[in-house]
Amino acid sequence: MSPLLEVRDLRVSFSTDDGIVHAVDGISYTVDSGKVLGIVGESGSGKSVSALTVMGLTRFQNAEVSGEVMFDGQDILLASDQEMRRIRGNEIAMIFQDPLSSLHPFYKVGRQLVEAVQSHQGLSNKQARDRAVEYLAMVGIPEPKRRFEAYPHEFSGGMRQRAMIAMALINEPRLLIADEPTTALDVTVQAQILDLIARLQRELDTAVIMITHDLGVVAEVTDSIAVMYAGRVVEMADKREIFRNPEHPYTWGLLQSIPRLDRPRDEPLVPIPGRPPSLINLPSGCSFHPRCPYVRQRHREVDPMLEPLPDDPGHTAACLLPSETRKRIWQELAAGKQPEDVRAEVVEGGLA
Amino acid sequence: MSEPLVEVRDLVKHFPITQGIIFQRQVAAVHAVDGVSFDVMRGETLGIVGETGCGKSTTARLITRLLEPTAGTIRFEGQDISHLRSGQVKPLRKEMQMIFQDPYSSLNPRKTVGSIIAEPFKIQGVKEGQGERRRAVQELMEQVGLNPEHYNRYPHEFSGGQRQRIGVARALALQPKLIIADEPVSALDVSIQAQIINLLRDLQRDLGITLVLIAHDLSVVRHMCYPVAVMYLGKVVELADSDTLYQQPRHPYTGALMSAVPVPDPDLAAARKRQIPGGDVPSPTNPPPACRFNPRCPKVQDLCRQEEPLLAPKDGGSLAACHFPLTQAEAAERLGTAEHA
Repeated sequence: MSPLLEVRDLRVSFSTDDGIVHAVDGISYTVDSGKVLGIVGESGSGKSVSALTVMGLTRFQNAEVSGEVMFDGQDILLASDQEMRRIRGNEIAMIFQDPLSSLHPFYKVGRQLVEAVQSHQGLSNKQARDRAVEYLAMVGIPEPKRRFEAYPHEFSGGMRQRAMIAMALINEPRLLIADEPTTALDVTVQAQILDLIARLQRELDTAVIMITHDLGVVAEVTDSIAVMYAGRVVEMADKREIFRNPEHPYTWGLLQSIPRLDRPRDEPLVPIPGRPPSLINLPSGCSFHPRCPYVRQRHREVDPMLEPLPDDPGHTAACLLPSETRKRIWQELAAGKQPEDVRAEVVEGGLA
Repeated sequence: MSEPLVEVRDLVKHFPITQGIIFQRQVAAVHAVDGVSFDVMRGETLGIVGETGCGKSTTARLITRLLEPTAGTIRFEGQDISHLRSGQVKPLRKEMQMIFQDPYSSLNPRKTVGSIIAEPFKIQGVKEGQGERRRAVQELMEQVGLNPEHYNRYPHEFSGGQRQRIGVARALALQPKLIIADEPVSALDVSIQAQIINLLRDLQRDLGITLVLIAHDLSVVRHMCYPVAVMYLGKVVELADSDTLYQQPRHPYTGALMSAVPVPDPDLAAARKRQIPGGDVPSPTNPPPACRFNPRCPKVQDLCRQEEPLLAPKDGGSLAACHFPLTQAEAAERLGTAEHA
């Protein structure tokens, strides 16, 4: 069975006064029905732009797009605007970070839901209304009949996010893209929303792309994870692999720089030095090299490819260090050693 | 045993809701902080956690006297500062400073970094000489890990993490005894957060500053703070040292928070039994009677609707405001440590 969504060598760049911004620089991934792919990265890593492109939302900007986005066997980068309007909101739906700016403040929530249904399906007003109330109830909004008549400002943050999820799911899309769906919410509300997305995804067999900077969120809800840095996927694997046997120095950095409830309290945080690069002027060679503690001269010149590991073809990483060396480094890091010490011991000890 | 630097007793802040244009009358009040008491010991880091609207930021603004309390007292070094007039507050500002959440809006974009960091000197009239002031600013920049040569640059030339360092330098300028940091890392990228957390920890250790850290992120608070206060709807519901609090939460709300935090460990995430309170936080204009958590609490009984629980010691050493605190087994379930316990 071919995957529901297959993205191949997608590139998106924007020309600005300062130069060309390479927001997405050749990424590939697949998502199957009923599965959740997590895309993790910091601001500016290209995670949102790649999702917007799948939704066909970058085509009106001054964007240069190349590659293939195969959705159910059809390359939707080539679809006409009219066709794209049919797919968007119907077959592929999206949830955004900020529910207040994604709901129209002037119209009642119910009316916005009805519009979402009627623009894709020929339902009568009565049918569309019943369906909207049904979905408001399904996402856990109390008194859905009364709330149907409410304006977005009368909803709390969590309820607005639920209303937006109801709107995204009301046409039973086959692919749901959630871009930082819980970042603006409190932890208990976040947990409610994540449980809701997981439940709906199971019940409706929807494929989900979950975009987030929060490693905790991806550990809770995803099946596989792609880690993005500077417009590229630098590591991709099954969820458990990413947390147990990560193979990219950036992934190590992310895992070790966050305080965790499941670790000893005094364990020092190991920050990633420096900051993400400018996408206009990417560093030569491996784009992570200016921040990487294990950098060698060659890494400043050669651009690494995303390659499968010799012992696990399902796990890919874009790093020039040999896989055995990387495994040893992670072992030492996980045992609590500092990156400088590991570097001295493993990398400069001649193994690389 | 060290002595308290700040003593807060029965602190209350109500914001009036008024109606009418010319003859405004008060129709209701937002009970932002409703009877909060705690001490902050010299040289220690107190964490305050809670969700939106729990009153944690209002508490910070009351301690620094950016707001005047409706009732209750705040003592700073033994002196009652709860109702000082604005002229009397100014010398106090030398002793206590704040670090804000958003490094983009808390720095004046039209001033150079040098003059932003020197602003406290100007207001307080210290280090009057040009050269002296410049030297002091550059030392501060060095101390927080900024390049002192960037003295004449503007905030927009710095990244988010560097801007937050500027905010830290400004807070340190007058060598305050107390710094209150309100969500200092939540606006930063993950890889940058650790840099600022480590900076605050080092400064606190080296300079012996007393720190109050306000955050919604339980992992950050646990990492940095020893005593931690958990707030819900204007009340402190649990107060304990962080090892105790995170190993055995006693208040059902604390337990709910712990079980809601996503942990970056797939196995632990699967082992945990989520105990998320349903619904939303009730409005602080009209908080529920007796225990404020009662409409959402899984352990609620009649007593919880009739009598307000007071913050009292429970076994295990924490203070919790609950009639029926979580048992050890219930706490372990929420943390996902049940099989190890």
